[in-house]
Amino acid sequence: MDIPGHQHSLTTARDAGMVACTSCGIVARPDVASCPRCHARMQSRNDGSIQRVLAWLIAGLIVYVPANMYPMLRTTQMFKSQDSTIVGGVVDLIHHHAYAIAAIVFVASVVIPVGKFIVIAYLAVLLSRPHNKDPHKLHILHSAVEFIGRWSMIDVFVVAILVALVQFDVLASIKPGLAAACFALSVVFTMLSAQAFDPRLIWDFTDEGTAQ
Amino acid sequence: MIYDSGCIACPHCDVIYRFTAEEMVTRTRCVRCGYQLTLGKSEAITRVVGLALTSTILMGIVLFAPFLYLDAGPFDSSASVVDVVLGFATGIMAPLAFAVLVFIILVPLARSVLLIYALAPLLAGYGNAAGAQSALRWAFQLKPWAMAEIFMVGVAVALVKLAGIATVDTGAAFWAFVLLVIVNTLQDTFMCRNTLWTSLATNTA
Repeated sequence: MDIPGHQHSLTTARDAGMVACTSCGIVARPDVASCPRCHARMQSRNDGSIQRVLAWLIAGLIVYVPANMYPMLRTTQMFKSQDSTIVGGVVDLIHHHAYAIAAIVFVASVVIPVGKFIVIAYLAVLLSRPHNKDPHKLHILHSAVEFIGRWSMIDVFVVAILVALVQFDVLASIKPGLAAACFALSVVFTMLSAQAFDPRLIWDFTDEGTAQ
Repeated sequence: MIYDSGCIACPHCDVIYRFTAEEMVTRTRCVRCGYQLTLGKSEAITRVVGLALTSTILMGIVLFAPFLYLDAGPFDSSASVVDVVLGFATGIMAPLAFAVLVFIILVPLARSVLLIYALAPLLAGYGNAAGAQSALRWAFQLKPWAMAEIFMVGVAVALVKLAGIATVDTGAAFWAFVLLVIVNTLQDTFMCRNTLWTSLATNTA
């Protein structure tokens, strides 16, 4: 933990009866609705943040199901069509002995999305009631999810490039599958979910704890 | 006075700090959560505008030059980034094509244009452009949606997948895109919120 007693000297904008702008960092009187410096909407705490987080998370989960069931790609070679799903694409790469690339795709398309669902749900449930978890660890979890979420888009871009390049009519062509759209939506929804999170909520309980 | 310009709050944990003018131009982190409050880069505005201009020019090359060439025996094809986007643009996949267009071209381009619009008048000694605040705010907000670097990793994966069936060569746009990713990454290291917002707020020209 930090130096004992150190946290007592820290004052939050809310303690000071002020409201901070999360866009530009300015501290203003609580009666302003938008930031006098950057014109962003100002709120001491983002009301209903957890509900928005959960709503986007559920939307992301729903589209993640078809994203894994339908094909990402339909490859046609010499009149024969072959569909490959997200996991199927990883298996193909392993057969081609491209282990490093297979690992990248597996992490981006499976590990990151599933990890993100778990972490966001954990934080949302935990922060909607009193808890005794170390806020520093929760903050690291939140920052990690916000930073890493966008990298799941890799597979969607791979599909886009393959589709654009491999167009030789009946001999060989690659078409995108429904899963590509579902997966892209899932990534967008979970990014919105992570962004809806007000990280200040992570620290609020600690404030109350030290005040008592 | 509606706000105290000497005070800044950590956007992640709400702790307020009062920095002296000397501290404002150094690198500071929030004591509680570690968020980087100021980046402490000199000439931040000049560099951000310069890099945004470079990025806009590079995007022009990316759009119109061929990105990749594919050679598979008697067949060959080339694809520009626009082709990559249009590959999806039929039927129910059209929204996906639009999303790819937004993430790899429109958002990175919009960020550069917004930054130039908001900050170039400061360099030229003019007053703030109309809506400069909104422009700068959007440039920050759009950051997670600019996915040029992720697209490059996607290109690498696609090249490996194609390695067995065809020879792939890189075009001019490919290298312009690599530069674009580097320029945008560099630009983000100069985008100190405190410096940019303070400069915009104190522009009295």
